[in-house]
Amino acid sequence: MGTAPASRDVTSYGMGLAAPLALFFLVFFVAPLLQLLWLSLHNDTAGLHWGLGQYLHFLTDPFSLSVLGSTLLLGAEVTAVCLVLGFPIAWLYQRVGPRLQTIIILIVLLPLLTSVVVRTFAWIVILGRQGIINATLQSLGIVDTPLKLLYTQFGVVIALAQVQMPLMTLPLITALGRIDPNLDDASCSLGAGSWRTFFRIVLPLSLPGVIAGCTLTYAAAITAFITQSLIGGGQMLFMPMYLYQQASTLQNWPFASAISIIFLLAVLAVVSVFTTLGRMSRGYGGA
Amino acid sequence: MSGRKRTLEAISFEFVMTVIAIIALVIIIAPSLVVLIVSFTSGFSLRFPPPGYSLRWYAELWNAWQLHFAAKNSLIVALWATGLSIVLGVAAALAISRSQTLSARLLDSLFMSPLVLPALAFGLAALMLFSLVGLPVSPLTLVIGHTVVCVPYVVRNTVAALAQLEPTLLESSAVLGASRLYTFRRIVLPLIRPGIIAGAFIAFMSSFDNVPVSLFLRDAATDMLPIRMWQDLEGKLDVTIAALSSVLIIATVLLVAVMERVTGLSRRLAN
Repeated sequence: MGTAPASRDVTSYGMGLAAPLALFFLVFFVAPLLQLLWLSLHNDTAGLHWGLGQYLHFLTDPFSLSVLGSTLLLGAEVTAVCLVLGFPIAWLYQRVGPRLQTIIILIVLLPLLTSVVVRTFAWIVILGRQGIINATLQSLGIVDTPLKLLYTQFGVVIALAQVQMPLMTLPLITALGRIDPNLDDASCSLGAGSWRTFFRIVLPLSLPGVIAGCTLTYAAAITAFITQSLIGGGQMLFMPMYLYQQASTLQNWPFASAISIIFLLAVLAVVSVFTTLGRMSRGYGGA
Repeated sequence: MSGRKRTLEAISFEFVMTVIAIIALVIIIAPSLVVLIVSFTSGFSLRFPPPGYSLRWYAELWNAWQLHFAAKNSLIVALWATGLSIVLGVAAALAISRSQTLSARLLDSLFMSPLVLPALAFGLAALMLFSLVGLPVSPLTLVIGHTVVCVPYVVRNTVAALAQLEPTLLESSAVLGASRLYTFRRIVLPLIRPGIIAGAFIAFMSSFDNVPVSLFLRDAATDMLPIRMWQDLEGKLDVTIAALSSVLIIATVLLVAVMERVTGLSRRLAN
């Protein structure tokens, strides 16, 4: 009966197998980020004078702060639109047969795997002056002159919402699949209506999925540089493009590093707030 | 009376949810369909609906050598990055998947972090490090950068596949006298292969589509397809891009269909 200790051995592999990737990440991921942090703490391009000048510049500059603010706001708007549109898809998924389920999943998945440039390009075609929306509105006589949809906040939000929708919908489908369908029936047979059951039972129990979806959608929306720049145009500036302009066009690497660190911290803050909420909601869901 | 009220209420709920779900699904699918239709236009603009239909923009695409060159580069970089991701990622997944130790969980978080961190910030950071150590940007730096942002997909899908593996299978194999390597080759690998393939597929697609890392880590001679397309779109709205987009959409649909057959991709991503 000496197999008990050996049985643990055969089902697990040594941590040594993780060494190559760990080393790869140390050299090509952790070291660059440390170098980024190091340069951001210098006041000159050569990295000779330590100081918080870059951060002070960012935090006292109304323009930089407005770019940060509009980026964070954009993320919130996109996340809200994705949640409102994505939840009913997940709900519908749980109510249809297996064939339709596969079709729904594939419809949701396709944009995730289609090139972001292609998806963004599609929105240029839809939102443009001669695009499908303006053509329809004009032929119905609702508007005389084409509406300006491209290069507006509305355009950026709707395009980003479509681009990021899978990231919201997939965790929601998983979360709704884990809810015991008997709870729904119990609630209804006890006299609660469908709306009430939805808001008091289904929505709270799916909170872990909602939070996972919101985290992914938010992080992806604020970093989605291609969609932001192509649909937003030159008028609207968000953090990724601001970073790129400072680094590439102006070659101001210390300031670009500080922008990167501030942006990184903003993303991490949002992710950890959501993660904490997720942990609390799991406790609630399990209770 | 109350029963009737409740059914009306239930109908209103189902109606609203179904309508929103259908609108959402249409919003998801419509852009791809619009691009497919516009790419067959006979006109010079992206007008919708097109004034007439032709294949002229596909003929134009056939001769667009700049796009061909960029596509070739993107394909080569994506293949190398995917290959490297499989080798490094599968080994790492084997090590961390069944371990509950703190170091395994920390490594897991480390390997997943490129998924949430802004890729543009990583691209800039990698460029600064490469220039500090005197390594010029080249296809090699591109492959390294792409591997960092693509390997999480391989690790995550392999870990998920390993988690579904029955430990008793491995124990029986060992009891029957198979060596660890033999058990790995004949039992573990065949069972986790679909997971590895699914992860590698997503890694490949995300490398092929990557802009933020490529922007910083490519050299002037290495044009990448998504960057070329992006810059073309910033300048002018060329209908050739619509033809190229349609080709990419069709290729993606076909690849997803194959992957669905081989790996059950949809079930994997919905769980």
